[in-house]
Amino acid sequence: MSTHLPRSAPTPRTWALRTGLRRGLTEFRHMLRSPEDLTWNVVIGIGILVYLVTQRDTIVPGTGGLTLPNLALPGILAATILFGMVMGPAFALSAEAEDGTVLRLRTMPRGTTTYTVGIVVGQVLGALPMLAILLVPWPFLLGDPMHQGPGGWVAVVGWLLLGTLAMLPVGIIGGALAGRPTRVMLFVLAPVVALAFVSGVFGPQTVPAWAAGVVQVFPLYWLAHGLRATSLPAGAEGLELGGAWHPEVAALVLVAWAVVGLVVAPLVLRRSTARQTASALARRVDALLGR
Amino acid sequence: MDSIEHAPVHVAGLRMSYGGRTVLDGIDLDVAAGEVVALLGPNGAGKTTTVEIVEGFRHRDAGDVAVLGVDPEHGDDAWRARIGVVLQSWRDHRRWRVRELLGQLADTYRPYASPGRPRPRDVDDLLARVGLSGAADQRMATLSGGQRRRLDVAVGLVGRPDLLILDEPTAGLDPVARREFHELVHEVVDRDGTTVLLTTHDLAEAETVADRILLLAGGRIVAAGSPAAVAREVAGPSEVRWSAGGARHVHSTHDPVAFTRELLAGGAVEDLEVVRATLEDAYLEIVRRHESDAHRDLEVTR
Repeated sequence: MSTHLPRSAPTPRTWALRTGLRRGLTEFRHMLRSPEDLTWNVVIGIGILVYLVTQRDTIVPGTGGLTLPNLALPGILAATILFGMVMGPAFALSAEAEDGTVLRLRTMPRGTTTYTVGIVVGQVLGALPMLAILLVPWPFLLGDPMHQGPGGWVAVVGWLLLGTLAMLPVGIIGGALAGRPTRVMLFVLAPVVALAFVSGVFGPQTVPAWAAGVVQVFPLYWLAHGLRATSLPAGAEGLELGGAWHPEVAALVLVAWAVVGLVVAPLVLRRSTARQTASALARRVDALLGR
Repeated sequence: MDSIEHAPVHVAGLRMSYGGRTVLDGIDLDVAAGEVVALLGPNGAGKTTTVEIVEGFRHRDAGDVAVLGVDPEHGDDAWRARIGVVLQSWRDHRRWRVRELLGQLADTYRPYASPGRPRPRDVDDLLARVGLSGAADQRMATLSGGQRRRLDVAVGLVGRPDLLILDEPTAGLDPVARREFHELVHEVVDRDGTTVLLTTHDLAEAETVADRILLLAGGRIVAAGSPAAVAREVAGPSEVRWSAGGARHVHSTHDPVAFTRELLAGGAVEDLEVVRATLEDAYLEIVRRHESDAHRDLEVTR
């Protein structure tokens, strides 16, 4: 009459993935209930929306009549992915290395796997509220932005997923290398903001000439490019660097970043979790408390 | 020999140095199954470094280490699942609720259960046992330091470990919580046959909870044994005081029992008093000696 009949026993690896998934869902639930996180999302999201609504009749010159919001939407989505998938994990990882979360999971069997899966799931889900705040009201306030038909929405989801795969490992690597939140500000946030500025995220016409070569190395430009190629009407490609759509190049660059990132991130992460020891934590606490 | 080889913790000739400074200078340490051993010593004696090597979280320079029969640097997940670690936590998982966190951590042990050893422990039972039932739905950020410490202990126990390792487990606990903690340690040793290795700089704790004390100073074990044996070894002889014929006498001896027997056989003795060296004397003596050594080293290097 055992009440705990063994279900088909999962392998330790499968089980760690499952506990990680549960951990990520719990983190997401905490985020949805956190006043700070919700306020941040709502203030930024609604701020952007309000600005776009005030600009809804602004026609961008040389675009054949496209409005500023329609032109800006792909860049806004790309920037949401960039900040959510790079800054989110980088801050979470460095803060949780500093506060002892990583160490605590390290004392559990396969705890590092559980932790990593939890971070990935939690951060990916964490980008959804902002995307929802931006996209759900859009058709009601600003008209249909999908100039190539409703099928474009499916392609948009595909680009967002590909961008996530390309950028999330960068955030994990950045957080693991930086080690503490103050250094994330300097070594991850600063370059990301600089990249967002020069990449012409909110419209291709803002890319300075000297930066055109540089930004095409990074996934941000190509994610925005792919999104524009999907949503904007024929003729808008005149505004792109090179004056043509290259969605296949965009996809290749993003896949390349994803592949390299998915190989490198676990190595960097393993190295950095191995440095998380009780005495290292004690030293950080002492330093912070000025002992 | 066999029992040593199969001891849950076996450490021989452990050495470790950081940046030219020797932290561990040849540590030998064996903990038998079901035994509670305390590593006692002042701050900076090398206690935390020792347990981190035993836990498999730190690479060692030299020495043999086997924990549950495995070199900790090569322990796999099944090995890790048999070891409970009580950390000194700080402010992790601030948004998590107590039961939620303990449940999530408990879950990681589920594939490692065996017929004789159900894993993990029941989370609500464990919360009750460490006195956190009332705080089960509280967020971690709202816990007091003492409550956090209780949770740390619960986390260490939740996988029903064969070996429990605790680093300064009662730092920050009030006397009542401290006593409850000591009772809990004895209970898991009795019920589950868990072996316990703990560090402390609190002498009274080592005396209360441990079967055996290893006194660590300056990276070496300077005394080992039962609390009484350590006191004898370190603090030296006991004093026997008495008066006879109106005169006071004091005699130092390593064997006060034999001396007193002889004394009593010898004739009229009054006000007999045997003052044993206490462990506290021993400990303070060691700390004092160690600190003056360190001071001398410093002078020499200048």
